[in-house]
Amino acid sequence: MTDDKERLDRAIIAMRVARELPPGATVNLGIGIPTLVSMFVADDSIVFYHSESGVLNCGPLAEDGNEDIDLINAGGQFLEPVPGMAYFSSVDAFAMIRGGHVDVTILGAHQVSATGDLANWMLPDRGVGNIGGAMDLAAGAEKVIVAMEHNDRNGNPKVVQECSFPLTGKGCVSLVVTDVAVMEPTPDGMALREVAPGWSADEVQSVTGARLIIPDSVAEYEV
Amino acid sequence: MTFSKLYDTPATAVADIHDGATLLIGGATRNSEPTALLVALLASGVRDLTCVCDFADWDGSEGVLQLAHAERIASIISPFPFAGESGGVIRKQWQAGALAVEVIPQGTLAERLRAAGAGIGGVFTPVVLGTRFADGRETRTVNGVECVLESPLRADFALIRADRADALGNLAYQGAQRGWNAVMAPAARITIAEVDVVGEPGAIDPELVITPGIYVNRVVHAPPTGEQG
Repeated sequence: MTDDKERLDRAIIAMRVARELPPGATVNLGIGIPTLVSMFVADDSIVFYHSESGVLNCGPLAEDGNEDIDLINAGGQFLEPVPGMAYFSSVDAFAMIRGGHVDVTILGAHQVSATGDLANWMLPDRGVGNIGGAMDLAAGAEKVIVAMEHNDRNGNPKVVQECSFPLTGKGCVSLVVTDVAVMEPTPDGMALREVAPGWSADEVQSVTGARLIIPDSVAEYEV
Repeated sequence: MTFSKLYDTPATAVADIHDGATLLIGGATRNSEPTALLVALLASGVRDLTCVCDFADWDGSEGVLQLAHAERIASIISPFPFAGESGGVIRKQWQAGALAVEVIPQGTLAERLRAAGAGIGGVFTPVVLGTRFADGRETRTVNGVECVLESPLRADFALIRADRADALGNLAYQGAQRGWNAVMAPAARITIAEVDVVGEPGAIDPELVITPGIYVNRVVHAPPTGEQG
């Protein structure tokens, strides 16, 4: 069984996702694990951050004592000022997203389907949900990467054949990075790309709701 | 006689907001909400309000939350209407049937406000297709892309916050304060701006005016310390 197998922590997931950001890309980070990604972008790799709060080219989260009340991200966290920033209104913030100007967005998820459907705004048992900018990002960003835990608090798989939760976007996810695997939704189903150290492809399958397409050899995460 | 849009107090600036009014409330988080105007609105006793705002039930949006606690809101249109965790006053009132909630994607809110302010009859966008937000909606294929029609969202009043104004209503902001405030200013019949600093015409370099005064009907000086005057 896989119950006691070691899973990667959130920082390692963020570190793995950071390797997916091409130099010069404009990136929007969602709340949760995605926020951590900015800590792991290599110093010699220039990445521009976009925030729905109306800030472009901001830095990572601000250090303690360096908070500016007017420099915040979409989650209300303080950002580090850097040279070359721009401020703009919400119309521009979402024109940038919907107009395809944001290259990569990294989002959390409740469920991702085998063909890349995303459900991340509402848990049906709560009955209510906040949509925020998630639908705009899912539809408008050139590339949507999901960074999340592989299973929810009750152990239920979050990578599923079909989403049962209300969708944020259809067929929009291009890569899924979790604490046990890296996977790629394809028209034929969810393809396994990498496994966490110590995990076999079969073990990943045993905690996954979607049928994985497993290649002959699967690489381990390089972390 | 000198022309001026300056009002003496937040109370006089919101005095004609009536029961059942639709309000755009600017700001998202910290330092971007028109706090003094919302305090005055609460004191005025108006009710059955429709509130359009980014965050509703969040501890950075005290003004909207106070209106909700006082049961003055009949309807909320917002991307973030509910508290992040379970519970929250808006969720409670919504579940009791006392308050209507429309959850709206942020980009859709921005475009609907822009359409209202610019006199555009609507916007076609592919965002929300394939989700429950597209159920029963009018669609059209534009340049080969299926789109949903979003209608303009116009309000009776906009309550916004800026950093500084001149007596003609020209506004400038600080950082992320601009976000929703600048988008809402053109989309209401009457727009009321609460600002930290008020100057004579010319106090703001015309190159640096973000919201031109044509969109702003009233200005109230309300420094963040709470002093007014």
